[in-house]
This record gives sequence, C-alpha cells and structure tokens, in this order.
Amino acid sequence: MSIFARLLPLCLAFALAAPLAAQTPLQDVLQANRADIANPSRGTVGQVIAALMAADAPGTDEFLRQWQDRTVIEEPQTGLFYYATEVEGRQLALIDVDSGFEAARVGSRDVTAIRPNAGVRREIGAALVRFELSAPDPARRLAALEAIGRSPDAEQIALLAASIPDEPDTDIRIRKERLLDLLNARFATETATRIAAIAGLSGDVSTEARRALNQILATEPGIAPSLPQDRNIARVLIPGQDLSREDAYDRLVAASLAPARADRNSIRDGLLAHVADGMVGGLPTHRMSDPSARLAAYDALVAQGLVPPLVSEADIDQSLAGYAFFDAYLEPDATLTDAARAAIEQTDTRLRLFQWLAISLDALSLASIFFLAAIGLAITFGVMRVINMAHGEFIMMGAYTGYVVQTMIPDYTVSLIIALPLAFAVAFAAGVAMERLVIRHLYTRPLETLLATFGISIALQQMAKNIFGTQARPLTAPDWLAGAISLNDVVSISTIRVAIFVLALIFLVALLVMLKRTRLGLEVRAVTQNPGMAASMGINPDRINMLTFGLGSGIAGVAGVAIGLYAQVTSEMGANYIVQSFMTVVVGGVGNVWGTLAGAGLIGFLQKGIEWFNPSNTLAAQTYMVLFIILFIQFRPRGIIALKGRAAGE
Amino acid sequence: MTLINRPPVAATAPILAQGTQTPPPRRGFLRENPSIPWFLGLLTIFTLIVSVLSEGLGIGALSTSMVKILGMTLCLCLIAIAMDVVWGYCGILSLGHFAFFGLGGYAIGMWLMYARTEIVIRESLTGAVLPPTEAELSEAVAAQIFGVVGSSELPLIWSFAHSLPAQLALVVLVPGLLALVFGWLAFRSRVTGVYLSILTQAMTLALALYLFQNDTGLRGNNGLSGLQNIPGLFDIPQAVLAVWFLWASALALGLGYLLFAWIVSGKFGSVIRAIRDNEARVRFLGYNVEGYKLFVFTLTAIISAIAGALYYPQAGIINPAELAPIASIYLAVWVAIGGRGRLYGAVIGAATVSLLSSWLTGGGAPNIEIGAFRLMWADWWLVFLGLGFVAVTLFFPKGIGGLFDKIVRKAP
Amino acid sequence: MAFKPLLASATALTLLSTPALADCPIKVGVLHSLSGSMAISETTLRDVMLMLIEQQNAAGGLLGCQIEPIVVDPASDWPLFAERARELLTVSEVDVIFGAWTSVSRKSVLPVLEELNGLMFYPVQYEGQESSRNVFYTGAAPNQQAIPAVDYYLEELGVTSFALLGTDYVYPRTTNAILEAYLLSKGIAPENIFVNYTPFGHSDWSTIVSDVVALGAGGEQVGVISTINGDANIGFYTELAAQGVSADDIPVVAFSVGEEELSGLDTSRLVGHLAAWNYFMSADTPENEAFIAAWHAFIGDTARPTNDPMEAHYIGFNMWVNAMTEAGTTDVDAVRAAMWGQEFPNLTGGTSVMLPNHHLAKPVLIGEIRADGQFDIISQTTEVPGEAWTPFLTESATLTSDWETLGCGMYDTATSTCVQLTSNY
Repeated sequence: MSIFARLLPLCLAFALAAPLAAQTPLQDVLQANRADIANPSRGTVGQVIAALMAADAPGTDEFLRQWQDRTVIEEPQTGLFYYATEVEGRQLALIDVDSGFEAARVGSRDVTAIRPNAGVRREIGAALVRFELSAPDPARRLAALEAIGRSPDAEQIALLAASIPDEPDTDIRIRKERLLDLLNARFATETATRIAAIAGLSGDVSTEARRALNQILATEPGIAPSLPQDRNIARVLIPGQDLSREDAYDRLVAASLAPARADRNSIRDGLLAHVADGMVGGLPTHRMSDPSARLAAYDALVAQGLVPPLVSEADIDQSLAGYAFFDAYLEPDATLTDAARAAIEQTDTRLRLFQWLAISLDALSLASIFFLAAIGLAITFGVMRVINMAHGEFIMMGAYTGYVVQTMIPDYTVSLIIALPLAFAVAFAAGVAMERLVIRHLYTRPLETLLATFGISIALQQMAKNIFGTQARPLTAPDWLAGAISLNDVVSISTIRVAIFVLALIFLVALLVMLKRTRLGLEVRAVTQNPGMAASMGINPDRINMLTFGLGSGIAGVAGVAIGLYAQVTSEMGANYIVQSFMTVVVGGVGNVWGTLAGAGLIGFLQKGIEWFNPSNTLAAQTYMVLFIILFIQFRPRGIIALKGRAAGE
Repeated sequence: MTLINRPPVAATAPILAQGTQTPPPRRGFLRENPSIPWFLGLLTIFTLIVSVLSEGLGIGALSTSMVKILGMTLCLCLIAIAMDVVWGYCGILSLGHFAFFGLGGYAIGMWLMYARTEIVIRESLTGAVLPPTEAELSEAVAAQIFGVVGSSELPLIWSFAHSLPAQLALVVLVPGLLALVFGWLAFRSRVTGVYLSILTQAMTLALALYLFQNDTGLRGNNGLSGLQNIPGLFDIPQAVLAVWFLWASALALGLGYLLFAWIVSGKFGSVIRAIRDNEARVRFLGYNVEGYKLFVFTLTAIISAIAGALYYPQAGIINPAELAPIASIYLAVWVAIGGRGRLYGAVIGAATVSLLSSWLTGGGAPNIEIGAFRLMWADWWLVFLGLGFVAVTLFFPKGIGGLFDKIVRKAP
Repeated sequence: MAFKPLLASATALTLLSTPALADCPIKVGVLHSLSGSMAISETTLRDVMLMLIEQQNAAGGLLGCQIEPIVVDPASDWPLFAERARELLTVSEVDVIFGAWTSVSRKSVLPVLEELNGLMFYPVQYEGQESSRNVFYTGAAPNQQAIPAVDYYLEELGVTSFALLGTDYVYPRTTNAILEAYLLSKGIAPENIFVNYTPFGHSDWSTIVSDVVALGAGGEQVGVISTINGDANIGFYTELAAQGVSADDIPVVAFSVGEEELSGLDTSRLVGHLAAWNYFMSADTPENEAFIAAWHAFIGDTARPTNDPMEAHYIGFNMWVNAMTEAGTTDVDAVRAAMWGQEFPNLTGGTSVMLPNHHLAKPVLIGEIRADGQFDIISQTTEVPGEAWTPFLTESATLTSDWETLGCGMYDTATSTCVQLTSNY
C-alpha cells in the first residue's frame, strides 16, 4: 500500500503526460490506470476496461487475456506491468507488454503478482468477446461464447450477429445462433424481434433459456393509492390473502406511508424514557411487571403527548385500505411480458415432467446404493439367519482395498479393474474366516451372533483407524467415470452413480442365476428351507454356510469400492450403512433377493420423496423414513415379499 | 426362531404347571436371593468409603472428577440391571434402552437449564428501572437458551420446563409412554428375536436423528449443557454436589436392585424366564405373553430413564450422540460380559467395562513396549474389547458372573 | 514420533489429588481430542502446542520457569471435555488451557472454567454469541469470516441468489441465521435464499447439487455458502465436480474447508472455488515462512499443511506468554487483565490485537482453491475487530461485551444492565 501512496504522484504525472493519440504504447495506458489494474475490483474494472478500449493501444486484447489468466505482474520499484512466465524454480521471465520481448528475469518474490478475482475476470471476459468471437482457435471462440452467456448485454448482439456468417465450425455456429436468440429475447431493440426470440424459447428447459425468460419477467413490489395505469402490473396483492396484513403494513412503513407498529420493546422503551421519581405515566414503576399497568401508563403518556400513540388493528386496517399493493414487471412492455409468461408456462409443464424424471433417477440411484450395500447382508441374514453386525466393516474393507490398490497403481482405470475382484477376494476371505472361527459355533444362538459380530465390528473399525488414520481417504474415480450423463439441464446423473446402478444390476442377475440355475444355488436353497433335510440328502451344510457367508461378505467388499468412489472412505463408513442395510433387508422380506430389491427400492424412493417435500432438511427426511420403516414392520413383520412354507415359520 | 441358550427348563416347569393354583410355600425373599444383602452391603460400604475420601465431605484423597465418574458409573449399573431384566430374564434383546436413558436425561435437563437461566435473568433484572413482565422474562430466558442456536423462541416442548414436578413426571412419562406404545405395537405384531432387536435399534436411531435436528427445539447437536449447575444450589461447591449425586445414584441403584430382585424372584419372574425359554409354550399355557413382555419392557424403560435423569446432571451435558444406536449395543455388551440372568452380573459388567474404558482411553494406563512396537492403549483398547467380547460370547456365555457362580457353588 | 514418551508421562491420570506444587514449572493444559471423530483436526493442534512450548522453553522458558505441557485426550466425547478440564484445573493445576474444537465441546468446558476460574484459549472459527470471562477466542467470529465472505459475494461476484448449505449443528445454524438477517438487510429477497441442512458425514449429494444448479434458472447470479463440516465435503465436492459446476457459474465459498481438509481431495476439479479464513498457508511473509519451516522440522514431514486454527494457537500462545511476562505471575485475573490490548504480529502480515471482549482483531482473507490444494489469496482486509454479539440478530443486537471497563461479557445496552457474568452454555 505504502508503495502505491508514494508512487501516486508519479501515476498522475503519467496520466497527464499520456498523449491522446491512437497509438499510445500500451504500457502508458496501463500506467494511467495503475492502481486499479494492480488491485482490480468489480466496481472499478469497468472504467479501466473502458479506458483501455478507448485508448485502443496495440496489444490491448493480449493484455486483457493475460490479465484474466493472472499472468500479469507488477514490478514494485518502477510500477511497470509485465507478462510473466515461469522459467524454472522460483524464476520468472518478464515480458514487455509492448514489444513482446523478454525484459528481465527475476525471482517470484521480487514482483507483485496481480490476481483479479472471479468477478473481475468475468468482466474482462465480457470485454474480450469482441476480439475473441472470430479468433482462429475454437477454444477461444467457445470461451468468448461462455463469457456472453455469463454476462450478456445489448452490445453483444451486433458483434455476435456479425461473427455468425464466417463461423467455420458447425457446433460453434449453432451455439452462436442460440446465444443470439437469448440476447435478442432480452435486448433486441425491435419488439417484434424480441417476441419472436421469446417464442423460440418456449418449452426450452435449459437453464439459460429459463434464466433469460425469468429475467424478462423480473418484478419489483410497488405500493400506490390506486393501481397505476402506466406500470406493467404482474399481479395485484390483496392484504390478508396474497400477503399477510403484517407484511403489507410493513411495506407501508418501509415506504414511510404509515407510522411504525410497536415492536416488543417500544412500550418499554417509551416508558423508560419518562420515568421520574419512581413514577411513570402516573403509576409507580414497581407495578410495571403487569402488562395492563404498562399499557395504562403508556396511554397516560400518550395523552400527555410524550410518546407516539400505539398503532391499533383498526389503524392498520385503515392504512391498508388506502393503498393498492402489487408486483410490477421491470419490463414496461406488456406484450413482451405476456409472451415471456406464455413461453415459461409452456416450459413449466415439460419442466415438471423432467423434474419428476430427475427425482426418480436420484431415487433409483439411491436405491441401487442401498441394494448394493444390503444384498450381501440379505444372503447371510436371509439364508443363514445370521445377524452380521460386521457387514458394514466388510464394506469398509473393500473400500480400503480399493484405496490401497490406488496408491500402488497410479492409473485409475487399471487400479479399479484390479480393485474390484481384489476387494471381493479380501472380503470373501475375511467372511470365511469369521464364519469358521466364530459364527459356526453360534448357529443355535442367533442373538449372540449379533453381539459377537458386533465385537468383531468394533475391533475391525478400530484397527482400520490405527492403520489408515481417522482422515477420510480419497478413492478417485477414473476420468471416464468422473463426469455426468445429462439429458438436459434438469435431468443429469453422475456417471459413477450410473455405474453403481449397473453394478447392482449385474449382482442381481448373477445372484438370481446362481441361486436358480447352479448346483450351488440349489444346495443353498435347500439349506435355507430345511437344513436338516438338506443334510440328510447329502448336502454338507457346513460347506454351504461357509460359501454363502463368504459370498455375502465378498459382495459387501465390492459394494465398498463402489460406495468409496462416490462418497468417502473412512473407518466409520460401514457403520453408516449397517442400520440402513438391515432395514432394507427386513422391509423387503428376509431370504429373498427380490425382497431386498423391493426393500431398497421402497427406501430409496421414499427418502427422495420425503426430501422433495422438504428440501431444506435432509435430516428430517431420514428421521421420517426410519419412523415409516418402524411402522411398516409393525404392520407387515415379514416384509414386502414374505417367504412361505417352513422357512417362514422362524 | 431358534431358542437362545437353554438353561434347564426343569427348574421353571413345576411352577408353571401349577398355573394359577396356590403357589408352593415360599422361602424368605432374602434367603432366596442371597445376593441382595451382599450387594446392598457392598454398595453402602463403597458409598461410605467414597464419601470419606471425597474432596467435598471427606479427606480429599479422591478428586471431584473421580467422584463424578463413580457416581455416573452407578447410574450405568442401574440401566445395566434394567437391561439384564429385559434381556437376561425376559429374552428381549432391546438395542434401544439407551434411548430411554437419554430421554430421562433430556427431561431433567430441560428443567435444569430453564430454571438456572431464569434465576440468572431474574437476578440481572432486579436492578432494572421497570420490573419485567412475565412475557419479557420468558422471552429473555428463551434468548439465553436458544441464542446459541440462532433463535429466541421457546418451543412448545418447553411448556413445562419451568416446573420441577412436571419435568420429573416427564422423566417417567415420556420414556414410559414411548416404551408402552412401541412395545404394544411390536409385541402385538409378534415381532420377536433379531427382528425386534433391529426394530429397537431403528427406534433409537430415529430418536437420535430427531433430536439432532435443530427444529426439534432441544438445541440440536449442541444438546443441553451446564447441567451440573443445580438451580438454587449455586453456592454449594461441585465437590459437595458430586457426593450428593453419588448418594442419590447409590440409593437409586440399591432400590432398583431390590425392585428387580423382587420381580424376578417371584412367580412373575418364573413366567418371564419361561417366556425367554419358550414363548410359544407359555402362550399355550394360557398366559398373556404380550402383557408380561410389555410390562417388563416398559418398567425397565422407566428405570433406565431414572438412571439417565441422575446421570446427566453429573456428566454436565447431554446431546443426541448419547442416543446413537451404538450406545445401546454397548449396554448389551456390558451385560453379556457381566453375565446375563443374574443382576449382580450386570452390575459387574457395566462397572468393569465402563471404568476400564475410561481409564484406558483417558491415557491413564501405561503403554506397553513390545520390542520396537509401542502399544498405545487409547488406540488398541477397542480392538481388545471387541475381540475379548467375541471370546466371552464363545467361551464364557455366562460372563464374569458365571465364574462368580462357580466359585460360590464350590465354596460350601 | 518423538513426543510420544513425553505424552505418556504427562497424561498419567492422577487419581489422588496432589498438594499444590511450587510455581515452577508453569503448566499448560492441552485439551484436544486425540481419538474419535475429531482427532483428525485436533491432533494437529496438540502438535502445534507442543512445538510452541518447546520453542519457548528453548528460548529460556517463562518467568524463569520451564513450561510443562499436560496433554489429555477428551476422545471427541463432549461430557469428557468437562471431566478432563476439571482434572486439568484441580488435579494437574494447570495455569492455562489451550483446547477444544467444536462448539459443543467448548460449551461443555465453559461451566467448569467459570466455576474454577480457569483460563482457556479457543482457536477455532465459531458462531459467536458468547464472551466468557475465562475464555479468549483466537478463532474468527462470524463478522471476521462469514460476513466479509458474503460482502465479497455481493460486491465482487455480484451474487444475488444464495444457497446456504450446512451440516445440521450449531455453527452452521447460527452462522446461517446471522447471514440470512444480514442478506435481508442488504436487500436480498427471502425467496432468493435457499437453506439446506444435512447430517454429519452425508454422502448423497446429487439432489442437493441439482437443486442449487436449478436456482440458476431464476435469472439471478447464484452463489453457495457452505458450512458443511468434515468428511461430508468429499462427497459434496465430488458431486459438484461430477455435475460440472464451475466456480465461474456457481462459486462455492466454504468456512470449514482449509488446507488440511483439501489434502484428502483431488482439487484439480475444484479450482476457483473459495474459502474464507484468517490465514492461508500460501501467505507470502517471512513470519509464515519461518513458522512453516519450524512446523515441518518439528513434525518431520514436509508435506503436512498448516492451517488457520494453528495460526490462532500461535497468536494465542505468544500473547499469553507476553501477558504472563507483563503480569509477572500465574494468577488468572492478573493475566486476564494483561491480555487486554496484547498485540502480536500475524503470520499473514499486520498485527493482531486482543480486544476487551476477549476476541481478536485480525485480517480476513479470501482464497481461491488451486490445483495443488493450496489457496490463491485474492482478498485480504485490514484487521477486523471480532464481535462477540452480532448486531444482525434481534436477540443480540443490544448486547455487548467489555471485560475491561464494563466488567461484563453480556451487557445489555438497552437496559444498561449486565445480563450475567457467567455464560449461557
């Protein structure tokens, strides 16, 4: 700051000395606006750009680009601006803004980097539009179009229209024409052009089209003794119906058309100001804990003219009756706003459809996550009646396996391909080990299995903490999974969620095939239905139990990788899913893959449905969902799809 | 559902078979429960020793924080015997009893906060030129309590917070009603075994999520704090209050022990044990199984709430994390380690595990050097607890209390 | 790690209270969670304290004594914070405590501090509405973080539609309540303020991010103010990146995301999103360079970032050392009096001042996330005095705190009375 203060006279000198000829060197123009270029702000950048444009020195566009990219630096001693490129280490090569030649090499600490913020950069981007719309590099042309999209204004219409005929790239050309429509809808001088453009946006659910229409339809609240004829009224507001009497009166007060209502402290403050000798308004102050005594005292003060009278309900009614309340469009031309409203109504119908579709997709995605987390549990719980509280920890194990693989193999795609089977193997092995060592001994005591597996769960969780720390670990998705698939601006879903959905589908099909079409499946079903009978038919229930348990755990491991990709990998991630997974299995109906699917679907759609009603409180949605599940189980204890026969007797 | 471990049914069968006919001549209540005089005696001696050693009333060899920890442990023992009755005797593995404990704490906490704040506000306004109206007073109290969560309205649930008797009644009523309604719905639908466990777990999860919300009006995640400052007793040092609370907790534990011992030793006790061992058979014998279960579930819920109401003024703060499902599972773990089906087992389990936990994670225990590896108790305690718990389930299903039994039986 | 033996001996839980020792050594209690969910954030602060104490001891100690750190672990368990604080004050008899992170842990400790007249330095940005006699708040009050960030949105980015996303607990709740009142006072229409609360560790962000994107169709420039805490940020930022929300379209300013939190994320897709703090590791000053060098030497890992609460402890500890030296005693009231008006240079340039309301005056910085996980500092104010009570909420509008002249932390200027000398917990 102090340097600027000292150099300020110098700046002024430059400014005065700068000749107004068209070919002033750029550096001189910059020096004339030195303070605002070095410390740009959205409030001042407009003037700076205007000054640069007016001077029109050669290289202005290049300077704007570099300024936007934060590669302009200031030499603190001389105050001169340079373009900087990093050469090596902390060394910068300074390039003269006029000649384009390297002027010096300095350490990065010896110069002041100029960092225009995003707001300033947006303004610079808008100013650059005129230079960039016909730039040879398509990326720069696209950047210019983006800048127009972010800060549209009337002047861009001509520039954009002029650049369209020469546009070689078809995609960019389509984009330009579309932007021109948007600009025309808002800024065209001819009403007919605007109406045509607005009509063109009708039914367009894209964000930018709706934004343009909504901007045309922007309103401001107004008050007048009677509805004004010269305003383009959007709607008339009747106090008590469209807005509350209090709000309406407050609007009058804000417009200084009525005296303020007494707020909770005004009586007290009014009394306090007139306390004398322990008396106020003719009453002793010690009686003032009684509200009616306060009112009496206040009335006495009003009578003496010491305090303003209280606004009564009748006063409010009277004041309200004297005025009309309305919202008026900022756009004065009613034909335009009518056209825009018609267009947006058209859009709204389609929009609601797409919104419904978007929510359904979200719900489907959530359901597939629940399904994936719960399906392993459904196998162990459903087939073996074993409550495995450590199921969540198998999910965690899978996720950490993915993390470890990723630290060793830098290519995300390859590491993912390796991680999925490896996670299955790790969790499978852990599951089999647990079954052999612990659960086998507790088959006759299911409640104790619950507790023993809980013991394993806390031990595993703490071990993960000891090994990997408490910090959440990243499990980064490969680039082809990182984006989103979007139908339009309303309906889009991230690729990773689609992948999870596909994974859930694969597991569903694979399990069904395994259970219904393979020898193992037959044996598993036999053991499920009647272990004793199955054993007597030559099936080894021990082996089946072990394999089933391993399978269920292995699937949890794979689910862990999938969940880690879209959320976070922590030692507690399993615990977050365990209760929900149990509820999914129980709600769906135990011992049945379709049941788990139904349970996951019900919970996923229910949660999204409740969230949709109350979007501001996700926690409340979860609470109501759990409550619903509790009630559901009370009335349908066997779940949506109940097993029949002997197995259901349990 | 397969039965949980079957103790000899023979012991209960003769009593059952008699149905409603005249019971067999009973031996004395105390003779039938030799653990009672032992337990009450030890509890009294323990309380006396702590009082004598305390900073507040005795020689000051025990720090006030230690007295508080011991007092809180007594409350945990009380909820543990309630858990033992509902699980060890009646066979209902409830994973939601800590919810009732927490609700009891919230009910008393509301009065503690409100009354303390009201006193502070009244004091601050004594010098005011205009004495405050009742509305101003309650508004000022609300602003103090809810100012920290960005609001100043007193929510509806605080309607009775100004009255100690009302909130004391709520300590019993809220958890009692919740248990009654929940139990009625669940038992009526014949939800049993692991399903019931999951359902109770869902209940405590729903309650914790509900309390976590700010809109609930119980200060969300912050919970209620400063509960150790008892309204009207500001001048009494915490060192003394800690001992008083220890006495209250010991008294509650003693009475609770007597009550439960009486319940489980009579005919009622036989019926609920029979329900545990074979619910269907008891039902066919004509007993109203649901009624018995509901009674046990609700009574233990109420005792849990009372334990909570004594615990949180000593802890000083209650927040929704206390009601998380994991707390209730730990409760089951304590009882299992201590030994189910014997009340003193629950006490031993709760006291040992919770004191050991707080000692080992508090950095009190020396770390063990094993070669180059240093064993940090804070890091590894939960691993050992988890594995130890698996071992207890596998090898000592009767817990520490079971070992105790063996010693006692061998002695004569 | 070299300091573990020190820890082990220092934390021995003394069951029997010991008689008061001589004045030496001077004892500093460190009350940060070393296990449980908050360990990730708080362990670093324990290490910073050990480093600062080691440095001070190397420089000759304090009042002719060595400083002995007493480290305890409240294990992210809120009631345990109160218990451990009581032990520190009565059993270990420490002269000062540096500790706590979450608001609820501070509220848990407060009654104990006020009962036993202890002294604590609290280093984390928080929601304000408090000024305890026994606590010095070295983190930011809302007017030192949230309000300047909103001003930046309004003035520099031209944001007119706000999405306030937060984790459902006291800091986001209160901060958002203050911000809502502030935005309304700035003429933002209530329908242009979207508020959402999610649970801790939330992972299903798709709908919420879509909702925010949809706000853009309303014709206003949308900005997100995030008070999302901890792990949930990973899912949130991943979803932002997946849906292609660029900082140019919808900027996100976070109050709980710093260098430490970003180290668990791939930041290349988050470039340009913002954070507001009083300190960034990227600040280019000689003091900061020395601090980072000392930190890396102490911890033995040059990859470990420094962050805002660490600077808060750095300032707090040094101010306390200077106040002790001035007071010449360990007496809490004397030290408190010496603390008012203490000045100490910030790591980001300029000088912090301890105000009589127990808050600091310090600069507010706004940074844009870079691809390397550091922040580009794009705005730095002069020192902003911390406000204990926000003027934007009616219930605190008339409250003020001044321990030096009014002797009260909650003074109602409307009635000219001290509401209470203790705090509302």
